[in-house]
Amino acid sequence: MWKWLHPYAKAEKSYALSGKLMPWFLAIALPTFVVGLIWGLAFAPADYQQGDSFRIIYIHVPAAMMAMGAYSTMAIAAFIGLVWQIRLAEMTVAATAPIGAVYTFIALFTGAAWGKPMWGAWWVWDARLTSELILLFVYLGIIALYNAFSDKVLAGRAASILTLVGVINLPIIHFSVVWWNTLHQGATITKFDKPSMAMEMLVPLLIMIVSFAAFLGFMVLYRFRNEILQRESHRPWVIDLVKLASLKANGRG
Amino acid sequence: MFNAFVQVVRKDLIGAFRQQSEILNPIWFFIIVITLFPLGIGTDPALLSRIAPGIIWVAALLSALLSFERLFKDDYIDGSLEQMMISPHSLTWLVSAKVFAHWTLTGLPILVISPILAIFLSLELNTFWALFLTLLLGTPILSLLGAIGVALTIGLRKGGVLLSLIMLPLSIPILIFSTMAIDAAAFGQSYTGMLALLGAMLVATITLAPYAIAASLRVSVS
Repeated sequence: MWKWLHPYAKAEKSYALSGKLMPWFLAIALPTFVVGLIWGLAFAPADYQQGDSFRIIYIHVPAAMMAMGAYSTMAIAAFIGLVWQIRLAEMTVAATAPIGAVYTFIALFTGAAWGKPMWGAWWVWDARLTSELILLFVYLGIIALYNAFSDKVLAGRAASILTLVGVINLPIIHFSVVWWNTLHQGATITKFDKPSMAMEMLVPLLIMIVSFAAFLGFMVLYRFRNEILQRESHRPWVIDLVKLASLKANGRG
Repeated sequence: MFNAFVQVVRKDLIGAFRQQSEILNPIWFFIIVITLFPLGIGTDPALLSRIAPGIIWVAALLSALLSFERLFKDDYIDGSLEQMMISPHSLTWLVSAKVFAHWTLTGLPILVISPILAIFLSLELNTFWALFLTLLLGTPILSLLGAIGVALTIGLRKGGVLLSLIMLPLSIPILIFSTMAIDAAAFGQSYTGMLALLGAMLVATITLAPYAIAASLRVSVS
Protein backbone atom coordinates (compact mmCIF):
# COMPACT_ATOMS: atom_id res chain seq x y z
CA MET A 1 0.00 0.00 0.00
CA TRP A 2 2.87 2.35 0.77
CA LYS A 3 5.07 1.31 -2.11
CA TRP A 4 4.48 4.62 -3.88
CA LEU A 5 6.37 6.29 -1.01
CA HIS A 6 9.48 4.12 -1.32
CA PRO A 7 11.21 6.00 -4.18
CA TYR A 8 11.22 9.13 -2.02
CA ALA A 9 13.70 7.58 0.39
CA LYS A 10 16.22 8.41 -2.32
CA ALA A 11 17.65 11.91 -2.12
CA GLU A 12 17.30 12.58 -5.83
CA LYS A 13 13.58 11.87 -5.91
CA SER A 14 12.88 13.89 -2.78
CA TYR A 15 14.96 16.75 -4.13
CA ALA A 16 12.84 16.83 -7.29
CA LEU A 17 9.56 16.56 -5.39
CA SER A 18 10.56 19.34 -2.98
CA GLY A 19 11.47 21.52 -5.95
CA LYS A 20 8.03 20.99 -7.44
CA LEU A 21 6.22 21.70 -4.16
CA MET A 22 8.16 24.78 -3.11
CA PRO A 23 6.50 27.28 -5.47
CA TRP A 24 3.06 26.13 -4.32
CA PHE A 25 3.86 26.81 -0.67
CA LEU A 26 5.17 30.25 -1.57
CA ALA A 27 2.10 30.86 -3.74
CA ILE A 28 -0.06 30.25 -0.68
CA ALA A 29 2.19 32.05 1.77
CA LEU A 30 2.69 35.39 0.04
CA PRO A 31 -0.91 36.37 -0.84
CA THR A 32 -2.27 35.20 2.51
CA PHE A 33 0.49 37.15 4.26
CA VAL A 34 -0.36 40.36 2.42
CA VAL A 35 -4.13 39.92 2.81
CA GLY A 36 -3.97 38.85 6.45
CA LEU A 37 -1.52 41.54 7.49
CA ILE A 38 -3.35 44.42 5.85
CA TRP A 39 -6.73 43.16 7.05
CA GLY A 40 -5.44 42.64 10.57
CA LEU A 41 -3.43 45.84 10.88
CA ALA A 42 -5.81 48.21 9.13
CA PHE A 43 -9.31 46.80 8.91
CA ALA A 44 -9.96 44.60 11.93
CA PRO A 45 -11.87 46.44 14.65
CA ALA A 46 -9.86 47.83 17.56
CA ASP A 47 -10.03 45.99 20.88
CA TYR A 48 -12.22 47.63 23.54
CA GLN A 49 -9.52 47.22 26.21
CA GLN A 50 -6.21 47.24 24.37
CA GLY A 51 -7.06 49.57 21.52
CA ASP A 52 -4.83 49.23 18.51
CA SER A 53 -1.83 47.61 20.24
CA PHE A 54 -3.55 44.22 20.19
CA ARG A 55 -2.78 44.06 16.46
CA ILE A 56 0.62 42.54 17.15
CA ILE A 57 -1.40 39.36 17.73
CA TYR A 58 -1.35 38.90 13.95
CA ILE A 59 2.37 38.20 14.11
CA HIS A 60 2.81 36.91 17.63
CA VAL A 61 0.23 34.09 17.61
CA PRO A 62 1.07 32.62 14.18
CA ALA A 63 4.78 32.71 15.01
CA ALA A 64 4.22 30.97 18.36
CA MET A 65 1.94 28.34 16.82
CA MET A 66 4.43 27.63 14.07
CA ALA A 67 7.31 27.46 16.56
CA MET A 68 5.52 24.52 18.17
CA GLY A 69 4.38 23.24 14.78
CA ALA A 70 7.96 23.17 13.51
CA TYR A 71 9.01 21.22 16.58
CA SER A 72 6.18 18.71 16.10
CA THR A 73 7.31 18.28 12.50
CA MET A 74 10.83 17.65 13.73
CA ALA A 75 9.61 15.17 16.33
CA ILE A 76 7.56 13.18 13.80
CA ALA A 77 10.44 13.22 11.31
CA ALA A 78 12.87 12.18 14.06
CA PHE A 79 10.62 9.29 15.06
CA ILE A 80 10.26 8.12 11.45
CA GLY A 81 14.00 8.46 10.88
CA LEU A 82 14.93 6.47 13.96
CA VAL A 83 12.31 3.73 13.60
CA TRP A 84 12.46 3.19 9.81
CA GLN A 85 16.12 4.22 9.43
CA ILE A 86 15.40 6.84 6.76
CA ARG A 87 18.29 9.31 6.38
CA LEU A 88 16.16 11.93 4.68
CA ALA A 89 13.84 12.12 7.67
CA GLU A 90 16.82 12.93 9.89
CA MET A 91 17.91 15.54 7.35
CA THR A 92 14.47 17.14 7.76
CA VAL A 93 15.10 17.47 11.48
CA ALA A 94 18.33 19.34 10.81
CA ALA A 95 16.67 21.45 8.11
CA THR A 96 13.71 22.53 10.24
CA ALA A 97 15.52 23.34 13.47
CA PRO A 98 16.91 26.81 12.61
CA ILE A 99 13.58 27.92 11.14
CA GLY A 100 11.72 26.80 14.24
CA ALA A 101 14.27 28.61 16.39
CA VAL A 102 13.71 31.86 14.47
CA TYR A 103 9.92 31.51 14.77
CA THR A 104 10.32 30.97 18.53
CA PHE A 105 12.49 34.07 18.76
CA ILE A 106 9.92 36.10 16.83
CA ALA A 107 7.20 34.88 19.19
CA LEU A 108 9.26 35.82 22.25
CA PHE A 109 10.29 39.19 20.82
CA THR A 110 6.81 40.25 19.67
CA GLY A 111 5.42 38.92 22.94
CA ALA A 112 7.80 41.17 24.88
CA ALA A 113 6.85 44.11 22.66
CA TRP A 114 3.20 43.40 23.41
CA GLY A 115 3.80 42.83 27.11
CA LYS A 116 5.43 46.19 27.77
CA PRO A 117 2.34 48.34 27.02
CA MET A 118 -0.14 45.73 28.27
CA TRP A 119 1.42 44.25 31.40
CA GLY A 120 4.01 46.93 32.08
CA ALA A 121 6.89 44.48 31.83
CA TRP A 122 9.07 43.29 28.96
CA TRP A 123 9.40 39.89 30.59
CA VAL A 124 7.78 37.92 33.41
CA TRP A 125 8.76 34.45 34.50
CA ASP A 126 5.33 32.96 34.08
CA ALA A 127 4.77 29.40 32.85
CA ARG A 128 3.99 30.12 29.19
CA LEU A 129 6.92 32.50 28.63
CA THR A 130 9.37 30.30 30.51
CA SER A 131 8.39 27.13 28.64
CA GLU A 132 8.62 28.99 25.31
CA LEU A 133 12.11 30.15 26.28
CA ILE A 134 13.01 26.55 27.12
CA LEU A 135 11.77 25.63 23.63
CA LEU A 136 14.22 28.13 22.17
CA PHE A 137 17.06 26.63 24.20
CA VAL A 138 16.11 23.12 23.11
CA TYR A 139 16.14 24.26 19.46
CA LEU A 140 19.59 25.80 19.94
CA GLY A 141 20.82 22.60 21.60
CA ILE A 142 19.63 20.53 18.63
CA ILE A 143 21.30 22.89 16.16
CA ALA A 144 24.54 22.87 18.18
CA LEU A 145 24.52 19.08 18.48
CA TYR A 146 23.97 18.61 14.74
CA ASN A 147 26.79 20.99 13.87
CA ALA A 148 29.21 19.38 16.34
CA PHE A 149 29.41 16.06 14.52
CA SER A 150 31.54 15.89 11.38
CA ASP A 151 29.84 12.66 10.24
CA LYS A 152 26.44 14.04 9.25
CA VAL A 153 24.71 10.64 9.33
CA LEU A 154 25.58 10.30 13.02
CA ALA A 155 24.76 13.96 13.50
CA GLY A 156 21.25 13.42 12.12
CA ARG A 157 20.65 10.46 14.39
CA ALA A 158 21.90 12.28 17.48
CA ALA A 159 19.77 15.32 16.66
CA SER A 160 16.74 13.05 16.19
CA ILE A 161 17.22 11.47 19.61
CA LEU A 162 17.57 14.87 21.25
CA THR A 163 14.44 16.10 19.44
CA LEU A 164 12.43 13.18 20.81
CA VAL A 165 13.78 13.75 24.32
CA GLY A 166 12.73 17.40 24.16
CA VAL A 167 9.24 16.77 22.77
CA ILE A 168 7.87 16.62 26.33
CA ASN A 169 8.16 20.42 26.31
CA LEU A 170 5.38 20.78 23.74
CA PRO A 171 2.43 19.70 25.90
CA ILE A 172 3.98 21.68 28.76
CA ILE A 173 3.87 24.85 26.64
CA HIS A 174 0.37 24.19 25.40
CA PHE A 175 -1.14 23.42 28.80
CA SER A 176 0.98 25.90 30.77
CA VAL A 177 -1.88 28.40 30.79
CA VAL A 178 -4.23 25.72 32.16
CA TRP A 179 -1.98 24.11 34.75
CA TRP A 180 -0.55 27.31 36.23
CA ASN A 181 -1.88 30.65 37.28
CA THR A 182 -0.29 32.64 34.45
CA LEU A 183 -0.25 36.25 33.35
CA HIS A 184 -0.37 35.06 29.73
CA GLN A 185 -3.97 34.59 28.59
CA GLY A 186 -5.56 31.20 28.08
CA ALA A 187 -6.35 29.39 24.85
CA THR A 188 -8.73 31.16 22.49
CA ILE A 189 -8.77 28.92 19.42
CA THR A 190 -6.85 25.73 20.21
CA LYS A 191 -9.55 24.24 22.39
CA PHE A 192 -12.65 22.07 22.01
CA ASP A 193 -15.00 25.00 22.36
CA LYS A 194 -16.24 28.08 20.53
CA PRO A 195 -13.35 30.46 19.94
CA SER A 196 -13.32 33.22 22.55
CA MET A 197 -12.61 35.85 19.92
CA ALA A 198 -14.87 37.85 17.64
CA MET A 199 -15.10 36.69 14.03
CA GLU A 200 -13.95 40.05 12.65
CA MET A 201 -10.68 39.68 14.57
CA LEU A 202 -10.42 35.91 14.19
CA VAL A 203 -10.56 35.60 10.40
CA PRO A 204 -7.42 37.68 9.65
CA LEU A 205 -5.67 35.74 12.44
CA LEU A 206 -6.54 32.43 10.79
CA ILE A 207 -5.33 33.78 7.44
CA MET A 208 -2.01 34.80 9.03
CA ILE A 209 -1.68 31.35 10.64
CA VAL A 210 -2.14 29.72 7.22
CA SER A 211 0.42 32.14 5.78
CA PHE A 212 3.03 31.41 8.46
CA ALA A 213 2.44 27.69 8.07
CA ALA A 214 2.86 27.82 4.29
CA PHE A 215 6.00 29.92 4.71
CA LEU A 216 7.34 27.37 7.20
CA GLY A 217 6.73 24.68 4.59
CA PHE A 218 8.51 26.72 1.93
CA MET A 219 11.56 27.41 4.13
CA VAL A 220 11.78 23.79 5.31
CA LEU A 221 11.75 22.52 1.72
CA TYR A 222 14.36 25.13 0.76
CA ARG A 223 16.72 24.12 3.57
CA PHE A 224 15.95 20.45 2.98
CA ARG A 225 17.09 20.78 -0.63
CA ASN A 226 20.24 22.59 0.50
CA GLU A 227 20.96 19.88 3.02
CA ILE A 228 20.57 17.20 0.35
CA LEU A 229 22.93 19.00 -2.02
CA GLN A 230 25.52 19.44 0.74
CA ARG A 231 25.44 15.89 1.99
CA GLU A 232 25.13 14.19 -1.40
CA SER A 233 27.60 16.48 -3.18
CA HIS A 234 29.68 13.53 -4.30
CA ARG A 235 26.82 11.82 -6.14
CA PRO A 236 26.72 11.89 -9.96
CA TRP A 237 23.26 13.47 -10.09
CA VAL A 238 24.39 16.40 -7.94
CA ILE A 239 27.54 16.88 -10.02
CA ASP A 240 25.43 16.88 -13.19
CA LEU A 241 23.00 19.35 -11.63
CA VAL A 242 25.80 21.72 -10.67
CA LYS A 243 27.38 21.43 -14.12
CA LEU A 244 24.03 22.17 -15.75
CA ALA A 245 23.45 25.16 -13.50
CA SER A 246 26.89 26.63 -14.18
CA LEU A 247 26.48 26.06 -17.93
CA LYS A 248 23.20 27.92 -17.82
CA ALA A 249 24.75 30.73 -15.83
CA ASN A 250 27.85 31.04 -18.02
CA GLY A 251 26.23 30.25 -21.36
CA ARG A 252 23.70 33.02 -21.00
CA GLY A 253 25.80 35.46 -19.01
CA MET B 1 20.73 -10.12 34.73
CA PHE B 2 20.59 -8.62 38.21
CA ASN B 3 24.11 -9.93 38.68
CA ALA B 4 25.25 -7.90 35.66
CA PHE B 5 23.73 -4.77 37.22
CA VAL B 6 25.55 -5.38 40.51
CA GLN B 7 28.83 -6.12 38.74
CA VAL B 8 28.71 -2.88 36.73
CA VAL B 9 27.89 -0.85 39.85
CA ARG B 10 30.71 -2.57 41.79
CA LYS B 11 33.19 -1.92 38.97
CA ASP B 12 32.26 1.74 38.78
CA LEU B 13 32.36 2.30 42.54
CA ILE B 14 35.68 0.48 42.99
CA GLY B 15 37.16 2.39 40.07
CA ALA B 16 35.92 5.67 41.49
CA PHE B 17 37.28 5.01 44.96
CA ARG B 18 40.69 4.30 43.50
CA GLN B 19 40.67 7.82 42.05
CA GLN B 20 39.04 9.63 44.91
CA SER B 21 39.73 13.11 43.61
CA GLU B 22 37.22 12.41 40.84
CA ILE B 23 34.50 12.08 43.43
CA LEU B 24 35.62 14.79 45.78
CA ASN B 25 36.32 17.55 43.25
CA PRO B 26 32.69 18.08 42.17
CA ILE B 27 31.66 18.02 45.85
CA TRP B 28 34.25 20.67 46.73
CA PHE B 29 33.03 22.70 43.79
CA PHE B 30 29.49 22.44 45.16
CA ILE B 31 30.55 23.62 48.60
CA ILE B 32 32.73 26.45 47.32
CA VAL B 33 30.09 27.79 44.93
CA ILE B 34 27.53 27.87 47.71
CA THR B 35 30.04 29.60 50.00
CA LEU B 36 30.62 32.27 47.36
CA PHE B 37 27.03 33.46 47.43
CA PRO B 38 26.91 34.87 50.98
CA LEU B 39 30.25 36.50 50.28
CA GLY B 40 29.03 38.00 47.05
CA ILE B 41 25.47 38.94 47.91
CA GLY B 42 25.73 39.90 51.57
CA THR B 43 25.38 38.01 54.80
CA ASP B 44 21.86 39.06 55.81
CA PRO B 45 20.31 35.82 57.14
CA ALA B 46 16.82 36.71 56.01
CA LEU B 47 17.97 37.30 52.44
CA LEU B 48 20.12 34.16 52.44
CA SER B 49 17.38 31.89 53.73
CA ARG B 50 15.09 33.32 51.04
CA ILE B 51 17.44 32.45 48.17
CA ALA B 52 19.14 29.40 49.73
CA PRO B 53 17.05 26.70 48.01
CA GLY B 54 17.63 28.25 44.61
CA ILE B 55 21.36 28.58 45.20
CA ILE B 56 21.72 25.01 46.43
CA TRP B 57 19.74 23.70 43.48
CA VAL B 58 21.67 25.68 40.88
CA ALA B 59 24.97 24.68 42.48
CA ALA B 60 23.83 21.05 42.44
CA LEU B 61 23.04 21.36 38.73
CA LEU B 62 26.42 22.90 37.95
CA SER B 63 28.44 20.41 39.97
CA ALA B 64 26.45 17.60 38.34
CA LEU B 65 27.54 19.01 34.98
CA LEU B 66 31.16 18.86 36.09
CA SER B 67 30.90 15.27 37.19
CA PHE B 68 29.31 13.93 34.01
CA GLU B 69 32.66 13.79 32.25
CA ARG B 70 33.52 10.62 34.11
CA LEU B 71 30.25 8.85 33.39
CA PHE B 72 31.18 7.23 30.09
CA LYS B 73 34.46 8.85 29.10
CA ASP B 74 36.87 6.40 30.71
CA ASP B 75 34.96 3.42 29.39
CA TYR B 76 34.81 5.00 25.96
CA ILE B 77 38.56 5.59 25.91
CA ASP B 78 39.63 2.12 26.99
CA GLY B 79 36.99 0.29 24.94
CA SER B 80 34.95 -1.26 27.72
CA LEU B 81 31.94 0.76 26.55
CA GLU B 82 32.02 -1.11 23.26
CA GLN B 83 32.33 -4.37 25.18
CA MET B 84 29.23 -3.44 27.14
CA MET B 85 27.42 -2.69 23.91
CA ILE B 86 28.18 -6.04 22.31
CA SER B 87 27.68 -8.07 25.49
CA PRO B 88 24.62 -10.36 25.69
CA HIS B 89 23.16 -8.18 28.44
CA SER B 90 20.75 -5.46 27.45
CA LEU B 91 22.57 -2.15 27.05
CA THR B 92 19.60 -0.37 28.62
CA TRP B 93 20.05 -2.36 31.81
CA LEU B 94 23.83 -1.88 31.95
CA VAL B 95 23.42 1.84 31.32
CA SER B 96 20.94 2.07 34.20
CA ALA B 97 23.59 0.44 36.38
CA LYS B 98 26.20 3.01 35.35
CA VAL B 99 23.86 5.94 35.99
CA PHE B 100 22.92 4.47 39.39
CA ALA B 101 26.60 4.19 40.31
CA HIS B 102 27.14 7.75 39.11
CA TRP B 103 24.27 9.00 41.26
CA THR B 104 25.65 7.33 44.38
CA LEU B 105 28.93 9.13 43.72
CA THR B 106 27.49 12.57 42.95
CA GLY B 107 23.86 12.94 44.02
CA LEU B 108 24.15 11.07 47.30
CA PRO B 109 27.08 13.20 48.59
CA ILE B 110 25.06 16.33 47.74
CA LEU B 111 22.20 14.95 49.84
CA VAL B 112 24.54 14.16 52.71
CA ILE B 113 26.21 17.58 52.68
CA SER B 114 23.01 19.59 52.28
CA PRO B 115 22.38 19.96 56.04
CA ILE B 116 25.75 21.69 56.50
CA LEU B 117 25.07 24.00 53.57
CA ALA B 118 21.60 24.75 54.91
CA ILE B 119 23.29 26.00 58.07
CA PHE B 120 25.66 28.15 56.00
CA LEU B 121 22.66 29.75 54.36
CA SER B 122 20.50 30.10 57.50
CA LEU B 123 17.79 27.79 56.25
CA GLU B 124 14.99 26.79 58.63
CA LEU B 125 14.20 23.17 59.44
CA ASN B 126 10.93 22.61 57.58
CA THR B 127 12.24 24.44 54.53
CA PHE B 128 15.38 22.35 54.72
CA TRP B 129 13.29 19.19 54.83
CA ALA B 130 11.51 20.25 51.65
CA LEU B 131 14.91 20.98 50.08
CA PHE B 132 16.18 17.56 51.08
CA LEU B 133 13.16 15.78 49.62
CA THR B 134 13.34 17.69 46.35
CA LEU B 135 17.06 16.91 46.09
CA LEU B 136 16.33 13.26 46.86
CA LEU B 137 13.82 13.10 44.02
CA GLY B 138 15.59 15.51 41.68
CA THR B 139 19.25 14.46 41.67
CA PRO B 140 18.50 11.06 40.10
CA ILE B 141 16.54 12.86 37.37
CA LEU B 142 19.55 15.12 36.80
CA SER B 143 21.86 12.11 36.57
CA LEU B 144 19.58 10.43 34.03
CA LEU B 145 19.03 13.50 31.87
CA GLY B 146 22.72 14.34 31.98
CA ALA B 147 23.56 10.81 30.97
CA ILE B 148 21.50 11.30 27.79
CA GLY B 149 23.51 14.42 27.05
CA VAL B 150 26.82 12.70 27.77
CA ALA B 151 25.89 9.74 25.59
CA LEU B 152 25.11 12.11 22.72
CA THR B 153 28.35 14.08 23.04
CA ILE B 154 30.79 11.36 24.08
CA GLY B 155 32.44 11.08 20.69
CA LEU B 156 32.91 14.80 20.17
CA ARG B 157 36.13 16.60 20.95
CA LYS B 158 34.72 19.75 22.54
CA GLY B 159 31.67 18.09 24.05
CA GLY B 160 31.77 19.81 27.42
CA VAL B 161 29.93 23.07 26.77
CA LEU B 162 27.58 21.35 24.34
CA LEU B 163 26.61 19.02 27.17
CA SER B 164 25.53 22.00 29.25
CA LEU B 165 23.54 23.40 26.31
CA ILE B 166 21.69 20.12 25.95
CA MET B 167 21.22 19.23 29.58
CA LEU B 168 20.32 22.52 31.25
CA PRO B 169 17.11 23.31 29.32
CA LEU B 170 15.86 19.80 30.08
CA SER B 171 16.60 20.31 33.80
CA ILE B 172 14.69 23.57 34.06
CA PRO B 173 11.31 21.94 34.88
CA ILE B 174 12.91 20.06 37.79
CA LEU B 175 14.45 23.28 39.06
CA ILE B 176 11.12 25.09 38.79
CA PHE B 177 9.09 22.42 40.60
CA SER B 178 11.71 21.98 43.33
CA THR B 179 11.92 25.67 44.11
CA MET B 180 8.12 25.95 44.02
CA ALA B 181 7.92 23.14 46.58
CA ILE B 182 10.52 24.75 48.81
CA ASP B 183 8.85 28.16 48.57
CA ALA B 184 5.55 26.57 49.60
CA ALA B 185 7.30 24.98 52.57
CA ALA B 186 8.83 28.32 53.50
CA PHE B 187 5.33 29.82 53.72
CA GLY B 188 4.11 26.84 55.76
CA GLN B 189 1.89 25.48 52.98
CA SER B 190 1.57 21.89 51.85
CA TYR B 191 3.97 20.90 49.10
CA THR B 192 3.07 17.25 48.62
CA GLY B 193 1.58 18.07 45.21
CA MET B 194 4.92 19.38 43.93
CA LEU B 195 6.71 16.38 45.39
CA ALA B 196 4.24 14.11 43.64
CA LEU B 197 4.98 15.84 40.34
CA LEU B 198 8.71 15.47 40.94
CA GLY B 199 8.14 11.83 41.78
CA ALA B 200 6.21 11.39 38.55
CA MET B 201 9.07 12.97 36.61
CA LEU B 202 11.49 10.66 38.38
CA VAL B 203 9.47 7.57 37.51
CA ALA B 204 9.09 8.66 33.89
CA THR B 205 12.80 9.40 33.58
CA ILE B 206 13.91 6.16 35.26
CA THR B 207 11.78 4.11 32.88
CA LEU B 208 12.39 6.02 29.63
CA ALA B 209 15.83 7.62 29.88
CA PRO B 210 17.88 4.38 29.78
CA TYR B 211 16.43 3.64 26.34
CA ALA B 212 17.38 7.10 25.13
CA ILE B 213 20.85 6.72 26.66
CA ALA B 214 21.38 3.34 25.01
CA ALA B 215 20.20 4.67 21.64
CA SER B 216 22.49 7.70 21.97
CA LEU B 217 25.45 5.49 22.87
CA ARG B 218 24.80 3.38 19.80
CA VAL B 219 24.91 6.56 17.71
CA SER B 220 28.07 7.94 19.32
CA VAL B 221 30.07 4.72 19.50
CA SER B 222 29.89 3.46 15.95
